[in-house]
Amino acid sequence: MKPVNRNFKLLLPLLLVFTTGCVTTPPFDYSSFRNHRPRSILVLPPLNQTTDVNAPYTYLSTITRPLAECGYYVFPVAVVDAYMKENGLPSPEEMHGVALDKIRNIIGADAILYVTIEEWGQKYIVVQSITTIKAIARLIDTASGEVIWQGTQAVSQGSGGGADPIAMLITAAVTQIINTMVDYTHDLSRVANHTMVYDASQGFLAGPYLPPQENDHCRQN
Amino acid sequence: MESIASKLIATYLNRGVLLVSCSIMIGCATSEPLYYWGNYEELIYQMYIEPGAADSATQVAKLKEDINKASTAGKPVPPGLHAHLGYMYFLQSDTHAAVLEFEMEKKLFPESAKFVDGLMGRLKK
Repeated sequence: MKPVNRNFKLLLPLLLVFTTGCVTTPPFDYSSFRNHRPRSILVLPPLNQTTDVNAPYTYLSTITRPLAECGYYVFPVAVVDAYMKENGLPSPEEMHGVALDKIRNIIGADAILYVTIEEWGQKYIVVQSITTIKAIARLIDTASGEVIWQGTQAVSQGSGGGADPIAMLITAAVTQIINTMVDYTHDLSRVANHTMVYDASQGFLAGPYLPPQENDHCRQN
Repeated sequence: MESIASKLIATYLNRGVLLVSCSIMIGCATSEPLYYWGNYEELIYQMYIEPGAADSATQVAKLKEDINKASTAGKPVPPGLHAHLGYMYFLQSDTHAAVLEFEMEKKLFPESAKFVDGLMGRLKK
């Protein structure tokens, strides 16, 4: 029995290496994106699966810049929202239910970005507080109905830390006081959207207003 | 005393040069934004999250200021800004100014034509 046991122990690190090796994500398939190449993107107010009522519109207020700087025409998010509300679509759920051809005919968008917010805000883990945003986004071509891009963005910003437990407690307490005054999610939402669009291997391809880029992706700025 | 003062000035000048050269180096590492952003996204945030902080009059004033600053900086304003400003004029019942802004959006970004024409069609009713 003993030799078998020893062999197994030797194998264990190797097994770990193999399992972590499997986790790496496959290269992103851009074929559909390349086939459709939208000029204009309509971002609808996101669906909200969290309890924070401010999440959808905070998100919406930070999505125009990265997409426009990536070269796309981005429809004015607040004007579109008001227009839809005036036309009997009071909530994001109802807006997300509008048929693609109807949006194409009335607004003229080449593609629509549908976003669902899954996590938003602070969690307290022992003495640290962590602000997290997690959103799933799909870019759909309005002519073909094809999903031309999709991704999940999860970003966190921790506070506290350090090896000294008393220092950690103080930091956590101070951060909690600051957090009641500052809306961290607003900044974090900006980071999440920037990362989503500009990610070097999974991000968006450059739109028509951006000068040609070496690798077809948006440049960093 | 004079020499100390001049030394201090020289140090500050050196630092100034250092700062400038640093910012040039940073400038080279990342590329220039396409647009002058100003207050546009912050106003969108405020109108939803901080009610009362960005009424239509405040938004008109800030967006007009942004348009001026953008032209001074020699940069275009972002897509959607003129249409957003037009909508703010519409909320103030200034249909004439609203139409001018919608037309400007269409001129700068032809992708907006269908949407903007629809909005103007409703204004004229």
